[in-house]
Amino acid sequence: MPNEAELRLRERLSKLGAMKLLRGTKVSGELERLQEQLDRLQEEPSAEEIWRSVELARHQDRPYTLDYVERMLDDFFELHGDRGRSDDPAVVTGIGSLDGRTVVLVGHQKGRDLKERTARNFGMAFPEGYRKAMRAMSLADRHGFPLVTLIDTPGAYPGVTAEQHGQGGAIARSQAAMARLSVPTVACIIGEGGSGGAVAIAVADRVLMQEHAIYSVISPEGCAAILWRDAGEARKAAAAFKPDAAHCLELGVIDMVVPEPEGGAQTDPDGSAALLKGAVLLALAEIEDADPETRRRERRAKYRAMGVLTTG
Amino acid sequence: MSSGEGRVDVEIEQKRSGEAPAGKAHPNTCPRCGSHYRDEELERTLRVCPQCGHHFAVGARERVQQLADPGSFVEEDADLRSADPLGFFDLRPYTERLAEAELATGLGDAIVCGRATIEDEECRLAVMDFAFMGGSMGSVVGEKFSRSCESAVAGGVPLVCIAASGGARMQEGILALMQLPKTICAIEELHESGGVLVSVLTHPTTGGVLASFASLGDVVLAEPGALMSFAGPRVVAQTTREKLPDDFGLAESNYRFGHLDAIVPREELRPTISQLLRLFGRP
Repeated sequence: MPNEAELRLRERLSKLGAMKLLRGTKVSGELERLQEQLDRLQEEPSAEEIWRSVELARHQDRPYTLDYVERMLDDFFELHGDRGRSDDPAVVTGIGSLDGRTVVLVGHQKGRDLKERTARNFGMAFPEGYRKAMRAMSLADRHGFPLVTLIDTPGAYPGVTAEQHGQGGAIARSQAAMARLSVPTVACIIGEGGSGGAVAIAVADRVLMQEHAIYSVISPEGCAAILWRDAGEARKAAAAFKPDAAHCLELGVIDMVVPEPEGGAQTDPDGSAALLKGAVLLALAEIEDADPETRRRERRAKYRAMGVLTTG
Repeated sequence: MSSGEGRVDVEIEQKRSGEAPAGKAHPNTCPRCGSHYRDEELERTLRVCPQCGHHFAVGARERVQQLADPGSFVEEDADLRSADPLGFFDLRPYTERLAEAELATGLGDAIVCGRATIEDEECRLAVMDFAFMGGSMGSVVGEKFSRSCESAVAGGVPLVCIAASGGARMQEGILALMQLPKTICAIEELHESGGVLVSVLTHPTTGGVLASFASLGDVVLAEPGALMSFAGPRVVAQTTREKLPDDFGLAESNYRFGHLDAIVPREELRPTISQLLRLFGRP
């Protein structure tokens, strides 16, 4: 007898299947693979599979925001600075052309080598980064450009100046700004969706998540350190709080899973970008013709309904 | 700490502790000035140390008593409980932790919501309780706060929120994180309908609650000495190996950096809130 969660998952999956995620994109043979993925998703991911996603999400060769920007957008022009005090390199913002329409892009950016990683602060934003993001959001709204955000951060930076400059408030206000936008918004978790620093730019009409990305309330190590009193128990923690895409889909936190090339996005960045672009276009197609007021109301209603409770 | 049989024991312990060896503190010792206090006395002073002004933690029910006009508070949504969506199990099952917290605090979750008047000004009150699993925000806290926003809109009255929280509740995984945008969407609806949110941060208000509704008040107040940081001091010290300033994350530091409208000592909280309710109520 399937339990309620299973039923919900099946229903979401059948909806997903009916949407034909990749029809219309030019990636051949992917539909079949998607069907396989959906079949696989019907089974609960094991603790090993969850941990494999944690590892792939953090893989040093995994494509980052600018790798996707380069492959998905034409004529990209990067916008720098929060117009207040600095330009946070852990967050990239800009305008570019996606399949002929101008979009605003906001994404976390990690670095590839040691020097760049340090410069990008490992993708951990300061409040200035979220203020830069908000600036890009309001630009999108002013000009009617759809907003695409790419999420890939271990978390917002936990530092003294970050706190002094209002990290908590910046994360709250960035989410509020996204809840207010009139333009269509699509977010995609492309690597680590680490807690408040991730959701700060992920409040969208459609939230996508790559097959091996993770989205979580705390890092596995952080959770293990607190609940198991041993950061070494990270695998156990990950298995317990289930940050993988299948579970996020099941819980209604994301709207679709974007497949990755066999073995993970790092094996074929071009293929991965093509899959991601197809999914973003599909998500945009679903929402961009809607009345802005309706779209905004539905976005808020979606988040308002998240959570699981009982009475008594 | 003590359960049913504890009452007599506690008294004995209190009497004994006077001659306890050095290093073992008297149970009723102010952590800041070291002075001793009596429970009834502390309750009369709104749990503020009469010697040094240290603000002790206040449970949700006692806070409601401190703020609301006597007999005015009518609780709403008291029947909501968490449903353990992940079947979470660390060293102990989440359901066991929940049951234990409910037994210890007499609360269904870490927030108490309802209608009240404060110096005759009608409002909705949402009050968190740190004693319930560190005031952590899961589905129930998010839902009750959001319903309070809606109740405030329906009643055409302001919402007053008293936060005390360690952040999002890990045991509810990603759904706990989703309570951030959920409560924020509820505030957006409140604000769009002309509603008012007065947010009061008490010690401690950190993590996901600071990064969501607590920061979005039309007016944001804090109690003296309240820790209000997104990342806790220990995490910051470990991650960055920076030396933390003495007032790291405290209300006083946040006030200096412009993140707070005012720091309000507890005895002035009720008149301050009612002043704001009057001002917002008479445009």
